[in-house]
Amino acid sequence: ILFIFEQYFCHIVLSPLIPEMATQEVQLNETLAHLKSESESLKSKLEEERAKLHDVELHQVAEKVEGLGQFVMKTRRTLKGHGNKVLCMDWCKDKRRIVSSSQDGKVIVWDAFTTNKEHAVTMPCTWVMACAYAPSGCAVACGGLDNKCSVYPLSLDKNENLAAKKKSVAMHTNYLSACSFTNSDMQILTSSGDGTCALWDVESGQLLQSFHGHAADVLCLDLAPSETGNTFVSGGCDKKANVWDMRSGQCIQSFETHESDINSVRYYPSGDAFASGSDDATCRLYDLRADREVAIYSKESIIFGVSSVDFSLSGRLLFGGYNDYTINVWDVLKGTRVSILFGHENRVSTLRVSPDGTAFSTGSWDHTLRIWA
Amino acid sequence: MSGSSNIVAMKKVVLQLRLEAGINRVKVSQAAADLQQFCLQHAQHDPLLTGMSTSNNPFRPQKVCSFL
Repeated sequence: ILFIFEQYFCHIVLSPLIPEMATQEVQLNETLAHLKSESESLKSKLEEERAKLHDVELHQVAEKVEGLGQFVMKTRRTLKGHGNKVLCMDWCKDKRRIVSSSQDGKVIVWDAFTTNKEHAVTMPCTWVMACAYAPSGCAVACGGLDNKCSVYPLSLDKNENLAAKKKSVAMHTNYLSACSFTNSDMQILTSSGDGTCALWDVESGQLLQSFHGHAADVLCLDLAPSETGNTFVSGGCDKKANVWDMRSGQCIQSFETHESDINSVRYYPSGDAFASGSDDATCRLYDLRADREVAIYSKESIIFGVSSVDFSLSGRLLFGGYNDYTINVWDVLKGTRVSILFGHENRVSTLRVSPDGTAFSTGSWDHTLRIWA
Repeated sequence: MSGSSNIVAMKKVVLQLRLEAGINRVKVSQAAADLQQFCLQHAQHDPLLTGMSTSNNPFRPQKVCSFL
């Protein structure tokens, strides 16, 4: 779903029935042309400034670092229960519970240690593309084709109907692609097929801030680690990754080097960089202080899109879930692949490392989730 | 008139570009060195990297104990 940015390619037709109108048209045309040329020159200046500081590649700096050995990572748990494609998952801060959502409209909370299902909710829509665990562990948020993000408080009583306590928080004009609680249960950040991101107050459902700048669907977002302040990064079908100031709504940095949709963005643990995964079959690393792409993780043999990326705790490993059913593990510093993991029987659609870094979880179109360690 | 709304939009684009062009940047060598340092400093505490022992990792199979 694309909407064309008419402002870039406008054509003003002159039809001077009234002479004054004709003059006005010409003036507007001139102002527009002037602005266009300033925009072009600013873009080249931006490229020039970025290029000046590009004195070395990340993998060159990392040449002296010891290489990584062989990794033994296997599926340790398989979570079965969804009736259709798993689209999204998130870990609880307690490092053992997981919430997942599916095309069949179901949202399930699991205990990943025992593989038991603890809660299940049926959403009124199919394609629940986004779900998130609240920091307190007492609620989950989800949404998708209903264009909304709803919060469900989790009851200790397993028999209680969770749907009864549902709270509608966010309202977009197109599908919800991602959602995340901020530092507390009180605010939720959302991204949507309507091209915007938004920050909402959970209690009142009020829109606190909206973020405009993407030229097409926004597919993913990630909040900066809390120590580094109030920013978040989003990625979209316009091939751009944008970094936003949450308070002002301003886009503070923008990166456009991918060749196709960006499906996933994730901050590096220090908050100074972020990784992205795209339909162009590459993952990339962007450093925020250098304001540029500093690494590409790709191989000629990898031709399917990346759906989801996440870092290990130290940031040394980057895990990518791919549409060819595999997980590729990359050495972030050296740019090489260290492992390829098989197991899923269809696309990997979502991937998250656990809060204490002991494992990572994947969800797939094969209806299952797997825990790897 | 569509002309003036196009201008408003273009002005926003230009303002945004001016903002982005004006930020302070560091050299890639510096940024890369910092990324590397972070990795190395935290490597010991990264279970997936170091492959923590099975007894500590809740997801890896435990050794079975039996009652005598």
